[in-house]
Amino acid sequence: MTRDDRPDRAAGGGRDGQGTPVGRRVVLGMLAAGAAGVATAPLLQRAYDSALGAAAQKDPTGLSGLLPGGGGFRYYSVTGSVPEKDAHHYRLTIDGLVRHRGGYSLSDLRRMPQTRLVRDVQCVTGWRVPGTPFEGVRLSALLDAAGVRPEARAVRFTCFDGAYSESLTLEQARRDDVLVALRMQDEPLAHAHGGPVRLYVAPMYFYKSAKWLSGITVTEQVEPGYWEDRGYDVDAWVGRSNGRDDAPTT
Amino acid sequence: MTSTPGSAGRTDATMPPRPDAPSAPPAERPRVPRFTRAEHRVHRATATLMAVCVLTAGCLYLPFLAELVGRRALMVTVHEWSGILLPVPLLLGLGSRALRTDLTRLNRYGPHDRQWLRAALRRRGGRPAGKFNAGQKLYAAWIAGAVLVMLGTGLLMWFTSLAPLVWRTGATFVHDWLALAVVLVIAGHVWKAFGDPESRRGLRTGSVDAQWARREHPLWEHEDNTP
Repeated sequence: MTRDDRPDRAAGGGRDGQGTPVGRRVVLGMLAAGAAGVATAPLLQRAYDSALGAAAQKDPTGLSGLLPGGGGFRYYSVTGSVPEKDAHHYRLTIDGLVRHRGGYSLSDLRRMPQTRLVRDVQCVTGWRVPGTPFEGVRLSALLDAAGVRPEARAVRFTCFDGAYSESLTLEQARRDDVLVALRMQDEPLAHAHGGPVRLYVAPMYFYKSAKWLSGITVTEQVEPGYWEDRGYDVDAWVGRSNGRDDAPTT
Repeated sequence: MTSTPGSAGRTDATMPPRPDAPSAPPAERPRVPRFTRAEHRVHRATATLMAVCVLTAGCLYLPFLAELVGRRALMVTVHEWSGILLPVPLLLGLGSRALRTDLTRLNRYGPHDRQWLRAALRRRGGRPAGKFNAGQKLYAAWIAGAVLVMLGTGLLMWFTSLAPLVWRTGATFVHDWLALAVVLVIAGHVWKAFGDPESRRGLRTGSVDAQWARREHPLWEHEDNTP
């Protein structure tokens, strides 16, 4: 048998290689559907949110939390593992441009006047948890107690995960809705949520609310934090930064 | 095999007698070449990249994995790069004639493919197929399109200055939901492969049992037929 006996082979694949190009149409159809999905997403998202919101209320399995936009908090950590700290060995230090450097144990912080705030939590990756209570000491109270020097302009936060850092201008740090939080959802702050102590910056995207807070340093200028070194905005107001237009949380 | 006698007959007629068949030891059943080394490598590389992409996606997205693994910045970087490299093995593989021929086979659908799909949907026998059955063809085209959509929406999310905000919100929405579909479809693909060791052997070693080929792919005129 010679090649000439099989003219169909020239097309590649014999009779297998003939017929309607449905494969190509499926690929192009997927591209068209993808583009249509991007275009109609706001509409679909709204319909889905209202449907899932109702369903998730009655979902005993919690599986709806795994669906995209399924609500609830997501756990983000920038390190492999984070040591656990409890009331015995937790310590928050304050240093930098202050008159009285010092440290606070968990019970020291618990003895100070507590403020409770209930706001939405908005993550820069899109998820939002409505009406979440946070409770703790106003950061301004800690700064006042330490005595900020006149040349200070900013505050830097470090964490006992060993990697994360954050920063605020002094003006932002003194706001009423910026807490050193000890409780969340009316319970002691769990390790997975950044416990025993985390920062809570209500008006900003949630990456500003550093988990596992262990150090407060008053500085001369703003030093960009972990995610800010990786392209996120330093002034992370919800709805007015990072190219997003979420509804403000305060 | 319940394919039409006409097409099956023609396949048989074009198959030359195998001169070596009687002398072969009885334990060795005849095998026919199915995939070349280039195709094997393209599949291996694509599968590896896809696995890395899906696993890192899980570490970014599923709370229990995120809690276990952490290292968010690293996971993001690995996810982005494995995703962007996903089409590269296939593009490089286009240099192989065998792979191009198989792409043509995957693209073109004949009447037997319609028959295969109808039988599969009704869970009936009688599913005539060429080198690839209609299910494999649909899978190939769907996943190729899905990867391109994931790539496009992923780039929109990665390079935030590329497009206006509404596009990006839409891209996130499509990326999330299509990811779910991709995981389910790939799970189906792997499940089917697990159920058919001979087809896996075909990809791994390049050849398959001739009887398996006649049973599963009766209309396949394999390269063995031509001298």
